[in-house]
Amino acid sequence: MRESLIIRIHYATALAAVALVAVHVLIRVTQGFAESLEYESVVANYRFLPYAGLLEIILILLSVHGFNGLRVILLELRQGRRYERAVTLACVAAAVAVIAYGSRTIILMNMGAV
Amino acid sequence: MAAVAPPTDGARRSVTLRIRRSNPAAGQGPSYSEFTVGAEPWTTVLDAILEAKRGHDHSVGVRYSCRQATCGSCGMMVNGRPRLACFTKLSELGDGAVTVEPMQNFPVVRDLVVGFDRLFRSHHSIRPYIVSGEADIAPGTRETPQSPEEVERYIQFAGCIKCGLCNSACPTMATDTQFIGPQSLAQAYRYVADTRDRGKDERLRIIDDSHGIWRCHYAGSCSKVCPKGVDPAMGIQLLKGHMLGFR
Amino acid sequence: MAREEDNRGGIRDMASPRRYGIERVAYWMMRLSGLGLLAYFVGHIYETSSILRGRAGWDELLAMTQTTEGHALLAVVIGMCVFHTANGIRLMLVQGGIWSGRPGRADYPYTPRSQNARNKIAIYSSIVLAAVAMVYGLTVMFGE
Repeated sequence: MRESLIIRIHYATALAAVALVAVHVLIRVTQGFAESLEYESVVANYRFLPYAGLLEIILILLSVHGFNGLRVILLELRQGRRYERAVTLACVAAAVAVIAYGSRTIILMNMGAV
Repeated sequence: MAAVAPPTDGARRSVTLRIRRSNPAAGQGPSYSEFTVGAEPWTTVLDAILEAKRGHDHSVGVRYSCRQATCGSCGMMVNGRPRLACFTKLSELGDGAVTVEPMQNFPVVRDLVVGFDRLFRSHHSIRPYIVSGEADIAPGTRETPQSPEEVERYIQFAGCIKCGLCNSACPTMATDTQFIGPQSLAQAYRYVADTRDRGKDERLRIIDDSHGIWRCHYAGSCSKVCPKGVDPAMGIQLLKGHMLGFR
Repeated sequence: MAREEDNRGGIRDMASPRRYGIERVAYWMMRLSGLGLLAYFVGHIYETSSILRGRAGWDELLAMTQTTEGHALLAVVIGMCVFHTANGIRLMLVQGGIWSGRPGRADYPYTPRSQNARNKIAIYSSIVLAAVAMVYGLTVMFGE
C-alpha cells in the first residue's frame, strides 16, 4: 500500500473519530458523569443498538489511527527491511487484537450476555 | 592615500572557542579543544576558526570556500544549532564561550568536516532538473515563457545552496537513516511547481515511499535554520497538498 | 572510503522540544499525546470489558477509577485528547497545503512564511483549549 493512501486513511479515521468520540463524551456528560457510569446505565447503553454500533465504529477508527501512528513512530526510530516488516505486522496484529477484544465486549453486552 | 585605521572604540574582545575534534579514520574519538581568539563586532565564527587554525593549531579540520553564504560548505553546529559559520557573527552569540561541532545527522569525516554523500544521493534521486521533451535545442526551438506569478511559485526554493542545515535540524533525520530529508523534498517541490517541468508524476512516485515525504511531520525546524530563506517546510507541505489532491 | 563517525542526533534530539521554537514543541507534544492516548485507549478497552463479569466486576473497576489519582489521570487524558485533536486539525490544514503559506521571493532576514501567525495562534490555542478542557473535566469529576 502506498504511503499516500495510508495517510489518507490516517486522516479520515482521525476526522471520523473526532466526531464520534465527541458524541460518546457528550452522552456521558449530559447523562451526568457519575450517573452515566452506573452499572444499569452502562448496560442500557450497550443494549441500545445504535450506541453499541457507535462504540464499535469508534473502536475500529481509533485502533486503525492509533496503531498506524505507532507504526510511523517505530519506523522512524529504526530501519531495516526485517524490522520494518515486523513493525508493520505487529501493529496490524495489535489493531486486530484490540478490535476483536473490544468487539467481544460490545457484542456480548448487546446480546444480553450479562 | 591614507590607510583606513582600524576602529579604536574598544569593541575588540576575546572569545573562547571550543571546537569538537575527532578523527574516526585514525580511531580518535571526540574531544574538545579550546582556543582564545580576538573578536571584532563583525568577526564571524568562520573567521574565529581560521584564526585558531592560523595562530594555535593548524590541524583543525574545517571545510569552507566562499565566506559569503553562497557555497554552503561551512555548515556546523554553533552553540547547539545548525548554522553557516561564515554567516554567523560571534557578536550574535552572546558573551559566553562559543562551541562549534560538526553538523548533526551527517557522518563526521574529521573535526568539523562531515560527509555529504547521503544528501547528494537523496537530492539526485528526486531528479533535480527540468524534465521536458522539448529540452533539446533543434531548429525551431523557442523559449518557454513564464509569467512572474509562475516564477514566484518556485523561485524561493531555487535558492537552496545544499548546505544541509535543514537536514541537520530535522527531527526525523535524527533517527531515520533512510528518510529522504527536507532538502531533497523541497527541491522536489521546486521542480513540481515549475510550469516547464513534465516530471511531476515520476517525482511524486519517488517520494511516496515509506521513508519519503510522509515522514515529515511539520516540526518546521528546517525552515528555522535555513540561511537562504528557502523555507523547506513550506515546499514540503505544498507538495503534500499536491499528493492529497488539494492543490 | 574513510571510516566515518555516525553523528545522528538520535532519539534524544528527536524528542527534544528545545531550540527550534513552538512548532518543534507542538511536534513533540503531538507525539507524546498520541502515544499517551493510544495507551489509554488500549487500557480503556481492557477496563470496560470488566462489565462482562457483571455488577461486581464493574463496581470493582469503578472503585479503582473513582479516586483522586484516577480523576487526575483522566484529566490528563482529556488534555491530551483536546490538544491532539486541535493540533491534528491544524496539521491536516497545513499538510493539505492550505495553511502552509504562499511561496514568493525570499527577502532577508528570511522569516519562514510557513511558520506564520495563523499557525502559531493555532498551536497556542490548542494548548489553551487543552488546559481549559482539563479544568472543566476536573470540575465535572470532582464536582459530583
